[in-house]
Amino acid sequence: MARLRTRKHKVVLNRSVGGDIGINVLLILLGAFMFLPMLYVIMQSLKPLDELWMFPPRFYVMSPTLKNFTDLFKLMSTSWVPFSRYIFNTVFISVAGTAGNLLFSSLAAYALAKIKFPGRRWIFEVIVLSLMFNSTVTSIANYLTMSTLHWVDTYLALIVPAWCTSLGLYLMKQFMESSVSDAVLESARLDGASEFYTFLKIAMPMVKPAWLTLIIYSFQGLWNSGNSIYIYSEQLKTFNYAINQIVAGGIARAGAAAASQVIMMAVPIAVFVISQSNIIETMGSSGMKD
Amino acid sequence: MSQNAAAVKTPKPTSRKDMTKFQWTLKEIARNKTAYFMIAPFMILFLIFTVFPVVLSIVLSFTEFNLLEFPTFIFMDNYIRLFLDDDIFLTAVQNTLVFASITGPASYLISLLVAWFINELTPKVRAVVTLIFYAPSIAGSVYLIWATLFSGDSYGYVNAWLMEFGFITEPILWFNDADYVMPLCIVVALWTSLGTSFLSFIAGLQTIDKSLYEAGAVDGVRNRWQELWYITLPTMKPQLMFGAVMAITNSFGFGGVVTALCGFPSVDYAAHTIMHHLDDYGGQRFEVGYSSTIAVVLFVMMVGSNLVIKKLLSKVGQ
Repeated sequence: MARLRTRKHKVVLNRSVGGDIGINVLLILLGAFMFLPMLYVIMQSLKPLDELWMFPPRFYVMSPTLKNFTDLFKLMSTSWVPFSRYIFNTVFISVAGTAGNLLFSSLAAYALAKIKFPGRRWIFEVIVLSLMFNSTVTSIANYLTMSTLHWVDTYLALIVPAWCTSLGLYLMKQFMESSVSDAVLESARLDGASEFYTFLKIAMPMVKPAWLTLIIYSFQGLWNSGNSIYIYSEQLKTFNYAINQIVAGGIARAGAAAASQVIMMAVPIAVFVISQSNIIETMGSSGMKD
Repeated sequence: MSQNAAAVKTPKPTSRKDMTKFQWTLKEIARNKTAYFMIAPFMILFLIFTVFPVVLSIVLSFTEFNLLEFPTFIFMDNYIRLFLDDDIFLTAVQNTLVFASITGPASYLISLLVAWFINELTPKVRAVVTLIFYAPSIAGSVYLIWATLFSGDSYGYVNAWLMEFGFITEPILWFNDADYVMPLCIVVALWTSLGTSFLSFIAGLQTIDKSLYEAGAVDGVRNRWQELWYITLPTMKPQLMFGAVMAITNSFGFGGVVTALCGFPSVDYAAHTIMHHLDDYGGQRFEVGYSSTIAVVLFVMMVGSNLVIKKLLSKVGQ
């Protein structure tokens, strides 16, 4: 109820009709710029081959067909490593990498944002600075590390480095700082709660939007990871790599290529949609307190 | 007895005044053991997979190293060669600066404004709009659709459309024309730029305490722009800082999309960025020392612009 009142209150006091119209027009224009190419991707995947190479090209599909998708699946079944293996690899790497990233980044971010220990400032500075160093040149040193650890050509080489992304920590730390109140933590500590308890039961629920963002970021990065310098065995290669091999077959596979783009983008978007519905839930229940 | 004597000899310091800085630090470290346990897993991996490689690269930037022979120290020679002898690098710096100074601020402002606009929508509508804006950046290589839209033959959607309406008589080779390459790549970069920082802005806006707005209205905030400047932005400063760093790393580190759309090297080096230069030497010519030098220079540029932005952001809400 309180929420409804504030909204009405705000509209009366701080909002002009002209501003509302201007903002909505701008949103619709930007939205069209963002959405139309995505729509075109989907349209392309539903076009039969003769429509893909039609002149003049049309935006909308005239006789939609799923043939591109069935073609793609047929091509998949001809690979000499069973295609399910590529899918398993990608799902396994994405899930294991994301889980570790979430756990380690959040733990460290909580300590850096909410516990005043010596050294926390420069540790944080170094982590932020590291975001700005190019990863192409560091891959040589990383290759040395991987081979010293005997991790070359194993899942570990792909999963473990994903556990400590500077970006994930930075994101979590900024939210812990702005959204977790020190007063609540302090009273929990006075009640004898351990730091691990306050982290898990108090801080983490308060920054749910942040770690849902981290999950999306981490998952889509790993999901879209293609060929890696650490992996030689065909059995350990990813879905993205395999699908690119298939669609690299020239013009005859243009249909399958269009379908593969839709499949590759569908999964991160699905993960995002699921997490968004979660955000709405949280917002719904936390709306009570104001 | 002896215990007592020891206690008398070195009275345990109790307040900070009685301790040297070192003693106090040690005590604080002991008191906050848990914090060190909490950052340990991240920090160990961070040292192995980030700090060590970065330090090694900085050292290598002063050497000549081709991956086969042991690196030899040549001190500043790489840096001298880079700035005095490498014309393509100067082109790359110029392109990168043009590119970064357009896409960085533009993507930052679009992310922030769109996040702010949609914040007042109802949750269901907001989720749909968020998806529309965010989808291009998580959809992997889907930006390749721009290559289809702007394909150089008459099957390309844009060419066919322009020809049908009589604007042009022959198809334009969009991605092979030095005049069009850069603007097009900027458009595609903006299309994919509403990413993690956009989401963090949305999440940041949602966690703002609503009572602040009521207090602001009482204090004389009259319109939505004042509300944004005096209440919303100062409250979400941590997210603003995060978004700025993201904008810097994305706009200075841009290159992969150009290669995918225009090939490498781009026509007349018209869209050749520092990233391309670095990949060229590091990934193809195996001049690891030289490419490390490029990475260090790029790093310094990013850190510099980060400092400037930090200064600018400290003025928010004033």
